[in-house]
Amino acid sequence: MRHVAHLGIGPVGFRIGSDWRGPIAQLETLYRDYPKPSIPDFSVHLFAARPWRKYLRPSVMIGGDYTIPDAAPLPLAQGLLAAEMGMNLQMALAQRRYLLLHASAVERDGKAVLMTGISGAGKSTLAALLMARGWRLMGDEFVLIDPATGLAHGFPRLISLKNQAIAVAQAAMPEGRFGPLLPGTPKGDIRHLVPDARAIRAMAEPAQPALLLFPRFGFDAAERPVPPSEAFVRLTQSSTNYVHLAERGFDALTRLVQSVPARAIDYPDTDSGIALVEALA
Amino acid sequence: MTPGWRLAAVLRDPGRTEHFSARQWTELFAVARAEQMAGTLAHRLDGLDLHPTVQRLVDDAIASAGQVRLAALWEAEMARRALAPLGVPVVLLKGTAFAAAGLSPSLGRNIGDLDILVPRERMDEVEAALLAAGWEWVKPDPYDDAYYRRWMHELPPLIHRERDRMIDVHHTILPLTARIRPDAGALLADSEPLENGLRTLSRTDLLVHAVAHLLADGDLAGGMRNLWDFHCLVQDGGTMGLAERARHHGLGREMARAGRLSHALYGTEVPFEWQALKPLDHLYLRRLTARDGWGRQGRRLTRLGFYVRSHWLRMPPLMLARHLWTKYRKGYRPVG
Repeated sequence: MRHVAHLGIGPVGFRIGSDWRGPIAQLETLYRDYPKPSIPDFSVHLFAARPWRKYLRPSVMIGGDYTIPDAAPLPLAQGLLAAEMGMNLQMALAQRRYLLLHASAVERDGKAVLMTGISGAGKSTLAALLMARGWRLMGDEFVLIDPATGLAHGFPRLISLKNQAIAVAQAAMPEGRFGPLLPGTPKGDIRHLVPDARAIRAMAEPAQPALLLFPRFGFDAAERPVPPSEAFVRLTQSSTNYVHLAERGFDALTRLVQSVPARAIDYPDTDSGIALVEALA
Repeated sequence: MTPGWRLAAVLRDPGRTEHFSARQWTELFAVARAEQMAGTLAHRLDGLDLHPTVQRLVDDAIASAGQVRLAALWEAEMARRALAPLGVPVVLLKGTAFAAAGLSPSLGRNIGDLDILVPRERMDEVEAALLAAGWEWVKPDPYDDAYYRRWMHELPPLIHRERDRMIDVHHTILPLTARIRPDAGALLADSEPLENGLRTLSRTDLLVHAVAHLLADGDLAGGMRNLWDFHCLVQDGGTMGLAERARHHGLGREMARAGRLSHALYGTEVPFEWQALKPLDHLYLRRLTARDGWGRQGRRLTRLGFYVRSHWLRMPPLMLARHLWTKYRKGYRPVG
C-alpha cells in the first residue's frame, strides 16, 4: 500500500493503507491528536477493484484482516467514510476481547451513560451534544464491556453525524472541528466531528456503567423503566459479538443488565432529549 | 523474504521473531489472519518473551480459537445425536476430527464447517435425518444442486437453521469426476472409534485425506493451513506406511509432493527421497506463499493457473468446458 496511517482509538490500534493519498491525508488531519501505536490490532486497506479504477472513475473497495464478501465500493470522495467503515468492520467481525455494544456513551464523575437504539434513534447526536455540555465522550458507535471487570471502555472515533444532525451539532459547537461534508452516502449526508481534547486525552480510561438508555427520536417526550430481561434481549441484538463470546458474553451482559438501571426515553427534539438524559443521569 | 514465507518460517521456528520490527509483526498477523492461521501462530508464539501488544494479540487469538473449538465439538455432538438412531458409522473429517481426537494440528486451528464421512449407500437416510433435525439446504440454484448430487463427493451443503452452522456430508474424499478414485470403503473400514461413538480416519488415512484435499482438489487456496495440518500429523505419527497407503488410494504422487513441500516450507522430518524439491514444486511453493504484507493475494497469473488446474483435475475436458460456460453465464468470475 502506498499510503499508510496508524491510529489508536480507545484500547484498539489500527493500520490503514490506501492506494490513494486523499483518505489517508484526511485521517491524519482529523485524527492528528490520537496516538499512533506501532503494532496495530487490525489492518484495513482501501484499494481499487481494478488497476485502472485507481484513476478512472476511482472507486474504493474496503479490505482488511476481516471482510465481508460483496461489500459495495464507495466513490473516492467518500474515502474517509470507507476507512471508518473498514475500522468498524474489523471491530464488528473480530473484536473478541470485549463485549461489543452498538451504542454511544458519555461519562461524568467516572459513571458512564450508555445509549443504544436503531439507526436514527439519535445515539450520535445525543452523545455529541452531551459532549458540548461538558460530558466526556466515550464513543458514538461502539462501547466495549470488559467481561473480566464489567467496566465500559470507550472507542471515541470520529463522531458520525448524519443529515439534520449536522446543522444541530454545528450550531451547538461553532468551534468544533468537522471533517468534509460527504453528500449522498448510503446513509445520506455525513459529516464527521472530531471528539474534543478531553475525550481524546481520557480515551484509555474505562468507566463504570451507571445507566442504560434506549432513546427514540421523533415521539412525544416519555420515559419508562426497562426491566433487565428486556434490556438483555435488546442488548443481545445490538451486540455484534455476543454469540461469539459465548459464556463470557452471557456473563458480561447478565451482569450489566442486573447491576445497571435501564430506561427507554422518547423525545421530540434534541433539547428535550438532552434534558431527559441529564435528569436521569 | 516475502511475508508469506516469513509466516512459514515463524511457524517452523517461533524464535525467529526475536528481532522482529513492528512492521514485521504487523505483517505476520495480517498474513496469518488471511490464511486463517492466527490461532495456530498464537499457540506457536505463546511462552516467548513478547511485546505487550503482541502478547495481547496472542491471548485474543488463543481465546478465540478455544471458543471455535468448543463450538465445533458441540456441532459434532449435535450431528451425532441426529444420526445415532440410524446406526450409521459417522467419521469426522478435517478440523473437527483433529480437535475430537486431540491431534496437534488442532492447536489454535480455525474450524469452519462440520465435515463428516458416511457410507454412500446410507446417504439418503443421513440426509433425511439431518433435515428432520433442523438442517436446511443452502444452494438455491438447481444447477448447483444437481451438480453436487450427480458429480460431487458430498451432498450439497446444509446449514442448521438455529445454530447457523454448515455441515458437509461426504461419501468419499474426492469428486466422482476426478481421475483419482480413493478407496472410500477402506477409509470407512479402517476408521477408528472415538469415546462418544463418532469415528476418525486411521492415522495414515488422515494424511491421505489432507493430501487429497491439498493437492488433488481445489486451487491451493488456504494451502498453508492444509500443509500445516500435514506437517503436524507427520510430527505426531511419522511416515511409516504412508507411501504405501497413499498408493492404495491412487495418491502416491500427491503424498510425495506434500512431503517435499512440507519439508521445504515447515522443515518436516520426512524420508530422504522426499527431501529434494522437483522443478514443478517451486510453482506450488510460489502459489502457497502468495500473500503480501496486507494479507492480499498477489501473483494473479500463478493463482489463475492453479484455478484452471483445479478444474482440470476435477473433471474431463468437455465437461469442464460445459461447466465453466454455465458458471460464466451465471456471472461467476475466478480470481477476483
